[in-house]
Amino acid sequence: VTDAITPPQTVGPFFHDSLLQIPRNVISEPTEEDRIAITGRVLDGGGSPVDDALIEIWHSDRSGRFMHENFLGFGRAATDDFGTYWLETVRPGAPGGGAPCIWVHVFARGLLDRLATRIYLADESSNGEDPLLNSVPEERRPTLIASRSENDGLGTYHFDIRLQGDGETVFFDI
Amino acid sequence: VNRIATGRRAGGIYPPYLFEGYRSTIRRAPSRSLLVAPSIDSELGGPGAALAELWGPDDDLTRNSPTGGGEALGERIIVTGHVLDVHGEPVARTLVEVWQANAAGRYVHDKDGHDAPLDPNFTGIGRCVTDDEGRYRLTTIKPGAYPWANHENAWRPAHIHFSVFGHTFAGRLVTQMYFPGDPLHEQDPIFNSIPDEEARARLVADYAHDVTREGWALGYRFNIVLGGHAGTPRDPDDSP
Repeated sequence: VTDAITPPQTVGPFFHDSLLQIPRNVISEPTEEDRIAITGRVLDGGGSPVDDALIEIWHSDRSGRFMHENFLGFGRAATDDFGTYWLETVRPGAPGGGAPCIWVHVFARGLLDRLATRIYLADESSNGEDPLLNSVPEERRPTLIASRSENDGLGTYHFDIRLQGDGETVFFDI
Repeated sequence: VNRIATGRRAGGIYPPYLFEGYRSTIRRAPSRSLLVAPSIDSELGGPGAALAELWGPDDDLTRNSPTGGGEALGERIIVTGHVLDVHGEPVARTLVEVWQANAAGRYVHDKDGHDAPLDPNFTGIGRCVTDDEGRYRLTTIKPGAYPWANHENAWRPAHIHFSVFGHTFAGRLVTQMYFPGDPLHEQDPIFNSIPDEEARARLVADYAHDVTREGWALGYRFNIVLGGHAGTPRDPDDSP
């Protein structure tokens, strides 16, 4: 193992035209019942919207397979003036056993390194058996669970990301 | 607040999330420690190779502006280097995205209010795909320094933003490359947020005369070593 790792630096406020050339939606050929949206707000320690964050997601398909011929499992979106992001994808699977989940990276001006977290879906019955979720102190687990609503027939999961303070999202050392 | 790094982020290579000299960290740095996650499915690959295949290279920023049709103004440079994993092995056929200010220190971005001219022949956006040895190469112009509101008479040193995908989710890196001999390094809190001096120095490209092309462009070498969990990605067809 080398100790010559290149340190990270902030993504800064000017990444949009470069990094959003890649479309925001995960590439796949979903069936209607598999399609979902993930949305939420990114908020700072004062509760103000973070309007220049970049969200990346990475997940397996429903059967637990990562990236294959018709499935990329990667998506990217920036937050708007209200700190809101919106991604459309398919229902994730549970690649390593446990519960279905979506890995998330958060980048922003003021974040000197990326932040990694994980989205669990509130209506999955296996959340209670997920080893990583169970390793999180119980009172902080709700920060990782996205609630569901219907949005013109599209199952929509709400996952706010609080960078600091009350209700701070759990971030992982990944 | 989270000042002490543990796990992956121990050892002075990674910046603390809270670095008061960089004001935007004060409200955005997590106040709780990161939780340790066992290296589980995060090792099951990453999208770098697939993204590289889907989008391909766009690696001459001096000529890729759709609005101009001419060549960008500024000091023409070539930047090249290897993308390596934590074992020093090349990361082949992965996507490297870059963005930067123009020679006058101005980004093509609505929120850049710096009173400096835009160049219709320069968008400051490009992409490379690493070859089988992990090598990338881009042609661009040297970006200018620009002022920002962080502290009195604050100026960002010239830099190019890099976004790199490794073999794994955990190898994901977003960073900035700086230029050697820049007197602005010492007053820049973003650069100086890296605690270890040698690690900080790795963000500064080397002038490389062997890369310099006679009569045409100056050469710089910037190698990128990704951290995170090491390991060869599993064949996607082999996943459970």
